[in-house]
Amino acid sequence: MSEVLNVQQGMAAGAVHHDGHHHHETFVSKYIFSQDHKTIAKQFLITGIIWAIIGGLFSVLFRLQLGYPEQSFPILETFFGNWAKGGQIQPEFYYALVTMHGTVLVFFVLTAGLSGTFANFLIPLQVGARDMASPFLNMLSYWFFFLASVIMLSSLFISTGPASGGWTIYPPLSALGEASSGSKLGMDFWLVSMAMFIVSSLLGGINYISTILNLRTKGMSMTRLPLTIWALFFTAVLGVLSFPVLLSGAILLLFDRNLGTSFFLSDIVVNGQILPNEGGSAILFQHLFWFLGHPEVYIILLPAMGMVSEILSVNSRKPIFGYMAMLGSLFAITILAFLVWAHHMFVTGLNPFLGSIFVLLTLLIAVPSAIKVFNWLTTLWRGNIRFTPATLFAIGFVSLFISGGLTGIFLGNSTIDIHLHDTMFVVAHFHIVMGVASMFGMFAGIYHWFPKMFGRYLNNTLGYLHFWVTIIGAYLIFWPMHYQGLAGIPRRYLDKRGWVSFNQFPELDKMITIVSIVVFAVQLMFVFNFIYSIFKGRKVTNKNPWGANTLEWTTPLRPGHGNWEGEIPEVHRWAYDYGKDGREFIPQVEEIGEGESKH
Amino acid sequence: MDIVSTQQNKKMHPHKFTLWVAIGSIVMMFAGLTSAFIVKSNQTNWIAVELPKAFWFSTAAIVLSSLTLQMALRSFKQREMSKYRSMIGITLLLGIVFVLLQWFGFQELWSQQITFKGAGAGQFLYVIFGLHAIHVIGGVITLLIMFIKAFAGKVKLYSSIPVEMAAIYWHFVDLLWIYLLFFFLIIGG
Repeated sequence: MSEVLNVQQGMAAGAVHHDGHHHHETFVSKYIFSQDHKTIAKQFLITGIIWAIIGGLFSVLFRLQLGYPEQSFPILETFFGNWAKGGQIQPEFYYALVTMHGTVLVFFVLTAGLSGTFANFLIPLQVGARDMASPFLNMLSYWFFFLASVIMLSSLFISTGPASGGWTIYPPLSALGEASSGSKLGMDFWLVSMAMFIVSSLLGGINYISTILNLRTKGMSMTRLPLTIWALFFTAVLGVLSFPVLLSGAILLLFDRNLGTSFFLSDIVVNGQILPNEGGSAILFQHLFWFLGHPEVYIILLPAMGMVSEILSVNSRKPIFGYMAMLGSLFAITILAFLVWAHHMFVTGLNPFLGSIFVLLTLLIAVPSAIKVFNWLTTLWRGNIRFTPATLFAIGFVSLFISGGLTGIFLGNSTIDIHLHDTMFVVAHFHIVMGVASMFGMFAGIYHWFPKMFGRYLNNTLGYLHFWVTIIGAYLIFWPMHYQGLAGIPRRYLDKRGWVSFNQFPELDKMITIVSIVVFAVQLMFVFNFIYSIFKGRKVTNKNPWGANTLEWTTPLRPGHGNWEGEIPEVHRWAYDYGKDGREFIPQVEEIGEGESKH
Repeated sequence: MDIVSTQQNKKMHPHKFTLWVAIGSIVMMFAGLTSAFIVKSNQTNWIAVELPKAFWFSTAAIVLSSLTLQMALRSFKQREMSKYRSMIGITLLLGIVFVLLQWFGFQELWSQQITFKGAGAGQFLYVIFGLHAIHVIGGVITLLIMFIKAFAGKVKLYSSIPVEMAAIYWHFVDLLWIYLLFFFLIIGG
């Protein structure tokens, strides 16, 4: 017993407060260099929202160019100067916008903003811990992210512009400063920022894993964990094992750029000059990049999947259908995520036999994905559904995941992919299945857990408006892109007017641009709702406003550092006893009653 | 005790567990680098490298340091603080010697015209051994802090967790080095 006590004290190290009062907190230690996982979660969320606005704005700007390539917008010159000379988005600026839109949304919003927020907020609260295994490393994780953000943001203001070789930063373009203006200093900033970002992700990830495995409250066996926690666990495993590989690729690329090595370069001619580099392989970088890049897709998706499972179950007042199947499919997706990276590389001259193996493994992902979709639908089936904005966004996630998942079957086949590669079809596919779907998961999470985060509700009317405009808008934007892609229209083109075959749908492009502006405006409305509700939203008066079973709703309305006053509650059952034995819900802390039926 | 699930805590301290996960992560980084090495070593223009002798001496230094750190851990657990101090001091010295020998190895290679230019094992060697050395330097800094702490006043809390964690990390960078050395000997040569 005393040994355990020692461990407890050792672990505490300023984080575990038994009463949460005897530690004097200043403004700086409470809101800035805070080690409280809830505050860190809010820091990730707010930083993520700022990035989402910036990244979204980038997309509106390049949509203007795509929809109205002939028109001049003098206001753009006012804001962006030389980048939009004569009100026309310049090619360098366009590529910078596309690159930074991808980088910001994939990494800064849907990785740090999503995992950073909800893993930090939910893991200790839902497993029954006072804080993370190491609150200090957790704080460092946010500040490395902040540093990465500052570096990436400042790269926007370099005279040669930020990185512009696409978010996948393939060499040789990214490796040679002389190749384009976007491959100059901006590219170094990008690499250094991403190195900081990876450190942040790793510090977060190792913490999430040890917290889930080591700090669960009494009675919280692994199979009693809510699916949110399982999803965040697998997300962290993916991140911890795949981000270091990108880091190694980034380090080699930095060497190639600045120290004259030839890891990725060979026989290159720039402006008639032959470079001395030899023996390098540009394809090698793609392998290193996609070994992270594909798991990254699931790093983005899994947290959304976990939250959607939880939100759908709570709001349909029914247990999640097939808990073990859900868990098994999360596990299967995690394993498969590491074995499919080369499906991004079918057109690189990959050995067709190897390609066929990657086709097979890629298509296998359809199995666990289909199981999950089936289980979400059966959870909703004949449920007593409460259509809160969170529920709607969760259902929206399922819808988008199906629509986008189906086109994945097209792209996963190398024979079809060779035709569709680098067309708008790919843009449509990954935006729906990964980008917008995960965004919906994130929105669902924010609407659902906002009361626990800030002690107030988000405005519902604005929430409904937000949902309907966003879902209709998302389909209006991305559905037509499938047809564009099938017709052979390439992605990343600044101006399609030079090619008869690419210039088939100018009106469609205008429509997409108009809708994207509307959708962006509605996101700003959500940001307004978010900020307004933090200060003026309707106050939460009930500890458990959604009638949910999980542990976070047993904490005080505004929990301090340490989460529970007094002892941490003990857990007696799984998280999904809804509509059981004539009772609407039975929290995890309630003991199993006599004669209670099994779930 | 009711703060956390006690059963699991008896198995492993959460900080120690965190360290193991971090080690897994570091392994992945080196796995990425060494697999890149394998891919490139099969291409044309590949130039193999003969390892300088300095790397053999450094191997001896780091293996020895693992032993002395293990002895330091044992003396700490048996409360033999003077022996602990000297053992941790020797480990620290051996760690520094290792880093210096790596540096001499690099210099020797560089003097043989194996630089960043051209293709081959040399470029990888600088990056991979360099990154490994950075991880060792991290360990040396940890040892330095522990060395200073061992002399500063009385030890109040006889928790062996920090010493154990330092030992786990140090053995890890030791094993990692041996892996890298054999990797270069077998595939790079």
